[in-house]
Amino acid sequence: MSVAASSGDAASVAAASENSAALMLMRRHRFRWWEALPWIAGIALYLAFPDYLGFGCDLLVTILFALSLDLALGYAGIITLGHAAFFGAGAYTVGMLASYNLWTEPITSLLMAAAVAAAIGFLSGLVLLRTTGLTFLMLTICTMALLEQAANMAYPYTGGFDGLPSLPIAPVFGIFEFNPLYANTQYLFALGVLFVCFVFVRILVYSPFGQSLTGIRENVLRMHAIGSPVRRRLIVCYSISAALAGIAGGLWAQTTAYVNLSALGLDRAATVLIVLILGGYGRLYGAFVGAVVYLALEHFLAQIYPTAWQLGLGLLLVLIALFARNGILGLGETLWRRYVARRGAS
Amino acid sequence: MNFAADFAGILLGGLAAGTVLFIVSVGLSVTMGLMGFVNLAHGAFAMFGGYLIVLAMNRAHFGFATAIALGFVGTAALSVLLERTLYRRLYRAGELDQVLFTIGLIFIFIAAIVIVVGPESQTLQLPPALSGQLNLGLVSYRTYSIFLIVVGFLIALGIWLTFERTRIGGQIRATVDNRRMAESLGIDVDRLFTITFAFGSGMAGIGGGLGAEFLGLDPQYPLKYLVYFLIVVSVGGLGSVIGVYYASLLLGVLDFVLTLYLPKGGTIFIYAITILILLARPQGLFGRKES
Repeated sequence: MSVAASSGDAASVAAASENSAALMLMRRHRFRWWEALPWIAGIALYLAFPDYLGFGCDLLVTILFALSLDLALGYAGIITLGHAAFFGAGAYTVGMLASYNLWTEPITSLLMAAAVAAAIGFLSGLVLLRTTGLTFLMLTICTMALLEQAANMAYPYTGGFDGLPSLPIAPVFGIFEFNPLYANTQYLFALGVLFVCFVFVRILVYSPFGQSLTGIRENVLRMHAIGSPVRRRLIVCYSISAALAGIAGGLWAQTTAYVNLSALGLDRAATVLIVLILGGYGRLYGAFVGAVVYLALEHFLAQIYPTAWQLGLGLLLVLIALFARNGILGLGETLWRRYVARRGAS
Repeated sequence: MNFAADFAGILLGGLAAGTVLFIVSVGLSVTMGLMGFVNLAHGAFAMFGGYLIVLAMNRAHFGFATAIALGFVGTAALSVLLERTLYRRLYRAGELDQVLFTIGLIFIFIAAIVIVVGPESQTLQLPPALSGQLNLGLVSYRTYSIFLIVVGFLIALGIWLTFERTRIGGQIRATVDNRRMAESLGIDVDRLFTITFAFGSGMAGIGGGLGAEFLGLDPQYPLKYLVYFLIVVSVGGLGSVIGVYYASLLLGVLDFVLTLYLPKGGTIFIYAITILILLARPQGLFGRKES
């Protein structure tokens, strides 16, 4: 898959440099200057708008959650409407450990959240990924609803519908305390977690493993034919995606200091799907663009007039589905190509 | 109250709720079977029809039967309009775009209803003939529930006969089984789809109105019952009328019993059973093997 990228001997480089497609393949995983922009923006937000850091935390958690979905949906083509199952599993892991004072250290809590979510992802993926299409979609929704109702039934432990409020979270590295009034520490912590997870996902999708996922999305039959272990790859990808969603959920529980059933609901699963498709799936930065646009619109429009927000969101989704199949980034790319082509022609 | 009467009461209540689910979902099953179009907005048509019926009766003082007819025709007309202008463009698109598009439609419907009618929930005023109790010998039960169960059975029978005995039914079955083959045999799948889409949406509209008693009727309706509609359709099997009928009744009774005896999280069993059925038979109870 990534032959041109991995073999670095002089002959192949010379041969590749004559072929523009091979050149593109060689360079596709390289760092580009604009990739620093989201992180600069993230730090700028911290310095410029200290009053919006609560919103900023929300944004970072949503980006991470959408990124985890992008790995399953955008890269491997696993169409799921039940991703909040893993988000909720992570959130409840962190929440219950903290609420009963069993474990409050934030970083290791997130690792445990990832482990629990990955275990659920692995077990459900093992069974569910035998199916495809509508059946798989339904099974993911039902698995999520199953967890939601289980959390509801176990209300003596999970707090049921009301959830677990005011979770105690230990200071990061034992020094930086989470302040419930000012989200400074929470924001920087979330930014750091997102950065680590993003670097991991970026390495993963450009690795041979990531390339084989794209192959499975584009043509399953051909991947079977060339001997790729399709189902095993899908299960691994689904588990990793679940682990990342679990981290996002754990981070949500830590930054908001509570967990409730909304972590596991269809609303959350549908929202993250909308965020990802809005931004553009299968392209790493779609999660960033989608989350910023969606949350900014929601934050400012919903406060003024909630119904207008719903109407606007509905119209936006319909327009995206009809005219901009690859989300905002896809639309931008098309326009950019057109602009470049026109400039080249004139 | 003795045990038998209790049991009959629960069974009848569940069957009536299940019948409503069937009337709403049957169109979704057939259109998804025909085109493979993931139409999450089906519940929005049910809500639209429900509002038409309820408002026609409460504000314009139409008769029960006239209002139902209006609900059917109005919803069918709206669905044809949307199918011709918007849905049509997405037949060849991926599932993801269809999901996104229909979720968008749901939001638009919800916002439109809130703006035009208001966010409060609506109640159906039953005609006097249907609002009393009916003595069934062993137990007496609400006339309206019995009426619904009977009507639902007749509708199921009617649609089943249409599927099995008429030309258009044969064409629908052929297309559900193998769309390409049906197209090569000269069946106009586009026209067939428009007809079934209009009919299915009209039925959903009726279901929304008739079921206001059981499922309620408020702007959140299409999202609240989305999962139930999808469960019924996928468990019953795409394109299978009998499958949807059985799955709806089963789900209705189960939901009724569970919310009665296990109000906190009892619906967990519904999801567990759905998962087990779909794992054992991915194509649904009465679905044909995927080609």
